[in-house]
Amino acid sequence: MAKESKTPMTIDDYYIKKTNPVVKVLIYIFLAFWLLVNLFPLYWMFTFSFKTNEEIYGKNVAGLPHEWNWQYYKIAMERVNMIKLFGNSILVAVITIAITIIVSLMATYALTRLKWRGRTLVNSFFMLGLTIPLHAALVPLYKAIKLAGIFDTMWALIIPYAAFSLAMGILISTGFMGEIPMDLDEAACIDGCGVWGTFIRIICPLMTPALATIGIYTFLQCWNEFLFASTYTSAFKTIPVGVQQFFGQHTTDWGVVGAALVMATFPTLLIYVFLSRKIQESFMAGAIKG
Amino acid sequence: MKGNIRMNKKVKNGINIFLFLLPGLALFIGVLIAPIFMSFRYSLHDMSLLDPLTKENYIGFNNYVKLFTSGSIHFPKALLNSLLLAALSVFIQLPLSLGLALLLGKGMKGERGFLSVYFMPVLISTIIIGQLWLKIYNPDYGLLTRALWALHILPKGQLIQWLGDKKIALASAFVPILWQYVGYHMLLMYAGVKGVSPDLREAAMLDGATDGQINRYIVIPSIKPIIKVSVIFAVTGSLKSYDLIKVLTDGGPNHATEVPTTIMINQLILRNKAGMGSTIAVMLIVLCFFFALVINKVFKKED
Repeated sequence: MAKESKTPMTIDDYYIKKTNPVVKVLIYIFLAFWLLVNLFPLYWMFTFSFKTNEEIYGKNVAGLPHEWNWQYYKIAMERVNMIKLFGNSILVAVITIAITIIVSLMATYALTRLKWRGRTLVNSFFMLGLTIPLHAALVPLYKAIKLAGIFDTMWALIIPYAAFSLAMGILISTGFMGEIPMDLDEAACIDGCGVWGTFIRIICPLMTPALATIGIYTFLQCWNEFLFASTYTSAFKTIPVGVQQFFGQHTTDWGVVGAALVMATFPTLLIYVFLSRKIQESFMAGAIKG
Repeated sequence: MKGNIRMNKKVKNGINIFLFLLPGLALFIGVLIAPIFMSFRYSLHDMSLLDPLTKENYIGFNNYVKLFTSGSIHFPKALLNSLLLAALSVFIQLPLSLGLALLLGKGMKGERGFLSVYFMPVLISTIIIGQLWLKIYNPDYGLLTRALWALHILPKGQLIQWLGDKKIALASAFVPILWQYVGYHMLLMYAGVKGVSPDLREAAMLDGATDGQINRYIVIPSIKPIIKVSVIFAVTGSLKSYDLIKVLTDGGPNHATEVPTTIMINQLILRNKAGMGSTIAVMLIVLCFFFALVINKVFKKED
């Protein structure tokens, strides 16, 4: 008791005191149940990628594989051509991220650091992009892409992806750029830096924390995108399109399917393990606009 | 002279502002804004993809009329399906997300761990999730059937066509959609719950309020703006849903699980009807904005 009076009780202490132990156990059971609902399908996918059909079809549906067969990974690599799919997806993602970052930093600089009439109006105009669904552009873009002769190339995906990530890029950069003191711009101006010099030498280097957030957001948008990817390309496949086209509804080679799915999922989950907080933050940035 | 220099500076500044904005504006107008107007123009024509717009194929609002009256397009059914999905999202998925957010947000041991796992499905491509659930729903070897056999809920050996039976296919296709995004809404709401001032909670607690009362009278009212965003996302997301339906059923069996986008792609790619495809796109844009406005209004009224 004496100890408690020395250190003020935190909010957590109240909860721990107040929450009935039975209720607490029930809460944990519920949380654990939901954990299982989330993890078990993924665990199952992981294990059946190593199992023989005999095991999958009845002998060992949910357990660990008796023998870890890596052969399905080899088959998936060769037949689905996972390396090519990965290469395409990475190429599209990297270039899209680069374009989104450069274009949104430039626009944000003009919208927040340079003073001119109508800049709030232009800003709200860009923010319209947060609510426009991809569907709005699907048909006209298809036509434009065909006419421009970039159908079935990476540019047929990069240009739309960059355009649709732009609004979020500007929204995120505005937040980060607002934290850089205006004194820096003025000092640079006195030192004879023009607007371009200030932008490139002063502002851009200070925006590195924003780059991660924009990069993650854009990456997840284009890495998993399917509607445009399946419409604007045929031979140039990204991972979702390749996986979808290769496995019809009634594929019997479960091991190969499992191996391909695990390979397709693995990079995202690996990044998530290391950057979970940053990834969660970049998703929250998308909703706070209100 | 001095005025001249200032004038020049102003012009130069204007040019610079324009140059900074140019790439963004070009990309944004060219890829997002102009296509919306073009979609609307296409929707007034009976045209295939590479047809030019001419007087001959101008048909006014016929596409819109056909969309709702033609028995072969199945649009009303698709719209109904997506609205059903919206209702399920709002009344099942969001309450579940809110419940999880409230539980985790009140400070449990291991809350970060739970949160991170619950959010994981959001990051996985919907195509991958669809392929995985195809296997879970396999009538013979799937996880679901086998689990029901093991628990003696289903007599061993009885097969259920989860995605192939017209009566249950829609419900089956909705489950993975709900499953994937619970974590997303939970994350948004959790951030809101964590943002509630601890002083406010403490004061209520000292007054003897129970957890339930605190949630009801303090936490939920203060995260209302986030709940509103979640509701808008859930409804517009349901209207736009495509990927999982495409993988799981592709609108079948016998059009039981069509959603507007599966029909749009069908008209556009398989039938080469760009006019009709655009009509569906315009309907979707209008519906998304309409529902966003209505939801905003409803939340405003409640205040």
